[in-house]
Amino acid sequence: MFEIRNLEKTFRLHNQNQAEIPVVSNVNFNVQAGECVALTGASGSGKSTLLRLIYGNYLAGDGTILVDGTNVVGADPRTILELRRTTLGYVTQFLRVLPRVPTIRVVAEPLVQAGCEVDAAEERARYLLEKLRIPENLWELSPLTFSGGEQQRVNIARGFAYDYPALLLDEPTASLDPANRQTVLDMIIDAKDRGCAIIGIFHDEAARRTVCDREIDVTHFAAAA
Amino acid sequence: MSATPADAGDGYNFAYLDEQTKRMIRRALLKALAVPGYQVPFASREMPMPYGWGTGGVQVTAACLTPDDCVKVIDQGADDTTNAVSIRSFFARTAGVATTESTEEASLIQTRHRIPETALREDQLLVYQVPIPEPLRFLEPRETETRKMHALSEYGLMHVKLYEDISRHGHISTAYAYPVNVGGRYVMDPSPIPKFDNPKMDNCPAIQLFGAGREQRIYAIPPYSEVKSLDFEDYPFDRLRASGSCALCGADDSYLDEVIIDDQGNRMFVCSDTDFCGSRRDQGHVGDQSDLFETGAE
Amino acid sequence: MMQERPLFRASAVGKSYGKQLGCRDVSFDLYPGEIMGIVGESGSGKSTLLNCLAGQIEPDTGDIAFDVDGTGLVSTLQMSEPERRMLARTQWAFVHQNPRDGLRMAVSAGGNIGERLMNIGARHYGNIREDAIGWMGRVELEANRIDDRPANFSGGMQQRLQIARNLVTGPRLVFMDEPTGGLDVSVQARLLDLLRSLVQELGLAVIIVTHDLAVVRMLAHRMMVMQKGHVVETGLADQVLDDPQHPYTQLLVSSVLQV
Repeated sequence: MFEIRNLEKTFRLHNQNQAEIPVVSNVNFNVQAGECVALTGASGSGKSTLLRLIYGNYLAGDGTILVDGTNVVGADPRTILELRRTTLGYVTQFLRVLPRVPTIRVVAEPLVQAGCEVDAAEERARYLLEKLRIPENLWELSPLTFSGGEQQRVNIARGFAYDYPALLLDEPTASLDPANRQTVLDMIIDAKDRGCAIIGIFHDEAARRTVCDREIDVTHFAAAA
Repeated sequence: MSATPADAGDGYNFAYLDEQTKRMIRRALLKALAVPGYQVPFASREMPMPYGWGTGGVQVTAACLTPDDCVKVIDQGADDTTNAVSIRSFFARTAGVATTESTEEASLIQTRHRIPETALREDQLLVYQVPIPEPLRFLEPRETETRKMHALSEYGLMHVKLYEDISRHGHISTAYAYPVNVGGRYVMDPSPIPKFDNPKMDNCPAIQLFGAGREQRIYAIPPYSEVKSLDFEDYPFDRLRASGSCALCGADDSYLDEVIIDDQGNRMFVCSDTDFCGSRRDQGHVGDQSDLFETGAE
Repeated sequence: MMQERPLFRASAVGKSYGKQLGCRDVSFDLYPGEIMGIVGESGSGKSTLLNCLAGQIEPDTGDIAFDVDGTGLVSTLQMSEPERRMLARTQWAFVHQNPRDGLRMAVSAGGNIGERLMNIGARHYGNIREDAIGWMGRVELEANRIDDRPANFSGGMQQRLQIARNLVTGPRLVFMDEPTGGLDVSVQARLLDLLRSLVQELGLAVIIVTHDLAVVRMLAHRMMVMQKGHVVETGLADQVLDDPQHPYTQLLVSSVLQV
């Protein structure tokens, strides 16, 4: 599902004396359907950067990123938008939404984008919100006023609303209590069972051991400064 | 070929205008007849009456007259108002043509703000006096824009005006100068005739010519043309029949004027078309206040 | 499902005002359902570009093409004026920055919305009114204000009325010039959300010009950055904002105040 070859990324900050910040180079790895791979390494080593490169949120300097056969590097925006619509999901660390949109619509959005009927999409949203223990009286409110843990769970619900064949997860269990953490881990296992390929960042070692089949230490790909 | 001064009197060319001007106006009229409802620009001349007093109608009439014509001039339906009298004697003097107050006898009728009640014939010309020829003017002040709208048949705005009427008053409140569509193509302002008269323009055997002197436009409707008043499917055009009959001749289907008859504010309703009313009375029709007329009450 | 054919194509569009460059060499394809944001500061040429693309002014160079009836791109510059006006009235919409430029202030809200319908031959008062009420609901205007004139509406309401007026004939491409400029922040949020859901629901393509990066972040799929008449960077909206490559883009992005 994922095939990364010779990936390289350097930031060039033109307005700060042309500073160049190399992040990763020579990144090579694969992830099969049904596998969950954890990216490990010290903070700042490029784990989130790698996820963003795969999602097309960052531009790669060199190399190829194949997601279900499509090369993200050098792809035109349409291709990436389509990939994100029905193939590749991404649960980021922070919830980013338009103000004043109710939680239930935030969660249903990816399903609607993928072509699902609004009613069915909201039905699924309700299921996920309930599963993640978000109180029903919050469903019609904007999640921007929620606590960090609640926002994270809304984010996860949104990420899992549509059954993507490929998923990127950035710290999905951070700021969650034990019960919710377990629920999320169960959701990840369910996704694996249906054949989803997952690349994730988990600071929690126990979580890593529970759901991940392999670990990839990103410091191996550290670019020479 | 110009008529001799002996026919015209006082040294005027026949019907006042020089022959080249008449040709110019006739070309405009022919063009107007060829494109019914389309406003043809023409070089309006200085006439011995100010703008706003019928110079457009007078120029059209002058261009159409021949020595054999018989001219009738009405103003708000009456032959005996100041303006009607002035224009009629103007033509009598400059063209030496016969004049009449009878719709049936006339070969050319110049009118301000009414269409005669008596049905017109194929051998007659009706010339309307027009103040503002552009039906869209009050909604769209730019001439550049209205010309494009006519050219491209973009008449939605006209219906917006009618829509606004209905939303504000519950019905289309335009009472005169009610816009019409000619031949399914151009939208036209029929001049400030009451909407009561609009149906008379449809399928009319006579040639209808429109002249606007100040605005310098001529337009026309050939005989037996389709002339449809604009409306909505669920708010069809209603010409508003009078809810009474003429006090003098008893006609119940003519346009009525309201006349105050004394200082107490008593009023009566009489036919606006004086010739029509008079003819009916000559034929023996009576209204319920015919005796008032005999006593000369105004 | 991927649409195979672009809905709109700009090819090397350029416009100058004498020696003053408006915009130069702008090219892109747009597909249904895509929102393209064009950002730049004052004088960047973004408004000139938008006016060229929307057919309001004629470009000096390049071509602009639109897929009129699903059979392929047709150059709008080579269309006759009647065809272009018809296009502008039915398949395109233009939302002005100042709603007064896009509304008839002396006509009621219902008349404003109904006008485009009446332009294409709608002749049933009751139906027109019903359509107008329907659209007012979709843009969250109270139906009982249908006979009020927009002069009595707030800025946000006027803008929403302008949107309803434009969308009533089901256009496929919407041009917007700073649609949230001048609106209160809370009103902006509501408007952006409305635009997003309408785009989603109706499968619209949108070209939106703005200087507000937050609007682009929230609304656009793709974006172009303009500086002094040139396009300096283009790509996925989130990518250009999160990983800007061009010095000017980096400067723009880093200058935005975080809240």
